[in-house]
Amino acid sequence: MSTTTADLQNPQGDEHLDDVSHHHQHHFATMEQQFDTSKIGMWLFLVTEVLTFGGLFVGFGLMQNRYPREFVEAHEHLQRLAGATNTVVLLVSSFTMVMGVLAARTNQAAKCARYLWITVGCAAIFMCIKAYEYTHKYEEGLLPGYFYHHHGDLIPGSHGYSTFFSFYFMMTGLHGLHVMIGAVLLAWLAVRAKRGEFNSVYYTPVDLVGLFWHLVDMIWIYLFPLYYLIK
Amino acid sequence: MSTHNEHATDAKAEARSYTLTLTMLLILTVITVGASYIDFGQGNIVIALTIATVKATLVALFFMHLAHDKPVNGLIAVGGFIFLGLFIMFDLIDINTRRDAVPQILHPPATQAVAPPAGAAPAAAPAPAAAPAKKE
Repeated sequence: MSTTTADLQNPQGDEHLDDVSHHHQHHFATMEQQFDTSKIGMWLFLVTEVLTFGGLFVGFGLMQNRYPREFVEAHEHLQRLAGATNTVVLLVSSFTMVMGVLAARTNQAAKCARYLWITVGCAAIFMCIKAYEYTHKYEEGLLPGYFYHHHGDLIPGSHGYSTFFSFYFMMTGLHGLHVMIGAVLLAWLAVRAKRGEFNSVYYTPVDLVGLFWHLVDMIWIYLFPLYYLIK
Repeated sequence: MSTHNEHATDAKAEARSYTLTLTMLLILTVITVGASYIDFGQGNIVIALTIATVKATLVALFFMHLAHDKPVNGLIAVGGFIFLGLFIMFDLIDINTRRDAVPQILHPPATQAVAPPAGAAPAAAPAPAAAPAKKE
């Protein structure tokens, strides 16, 4: 039976016939249906991510509405160059990610692994810059809520500054957590890709982690102007 | 089935489209940083968010394959953003119609226990109005 099913899915007699029977789960009619199902599941997960971050963005907007002067002053403490560099790093990593997916789909295992490792490298650069920024904030006492102890603000005693940094650390922290989770997943995929586990018949994990990675990039596309460039 | 050569050209065209997308994203990043140095007043935030949305759309259409993917994935993605839009819309309605940004429950108890206008209570005296006041 399994041979028949595999033949149906793979009428061209592709060299990866073995992968079909190996990865194909019996409750799916075809490999394609199995792939589409996984992808829909991933997109549903991504929507929950959008709504999670969306809630934080709305909160940030409300508080900016309430403390406009404090927010503009607080954002001067963020280093634009670091933020812009991180934007470029993430955009490039998104590109290497999608090239990795393409390589996996076109049976280029070594190339796929190489692109995935470059993506992991970009994630590492991103986190290093983030760590440098966080250290700087810590040293200046620009901390969230109760821990805020920066001196020389224009409106002393206002809760606006600590609110800004509460949101800053919460949102960039949650985003950074996503970057780290993504990097771990990418490293795992790179190892598997090197072993030649992905090919044109089966590359679902690379594709889905790719979607996750692009979403992380997309969130930063909004975080960067809202935090570093507001006026 | 397409031949190996056709596959190779397809892959090359795809790679080229990704390179083009990346280039556009980087150019838009330069524009958004540049625009932030010019004072447009209220316009700055609008420009920043518009460019961010264009960039996010590029990522979704090309890097996330929505442009060539099965429509159901795009439907889910757009659906998610519609719900986010609803959320933002109701928040805007709320803050634009509120005189005081601090919610009533955060006010000191003294100001919270304001009696209703003297005339209102007797006028609406019938039983249904009085009933909710009694807590069980």
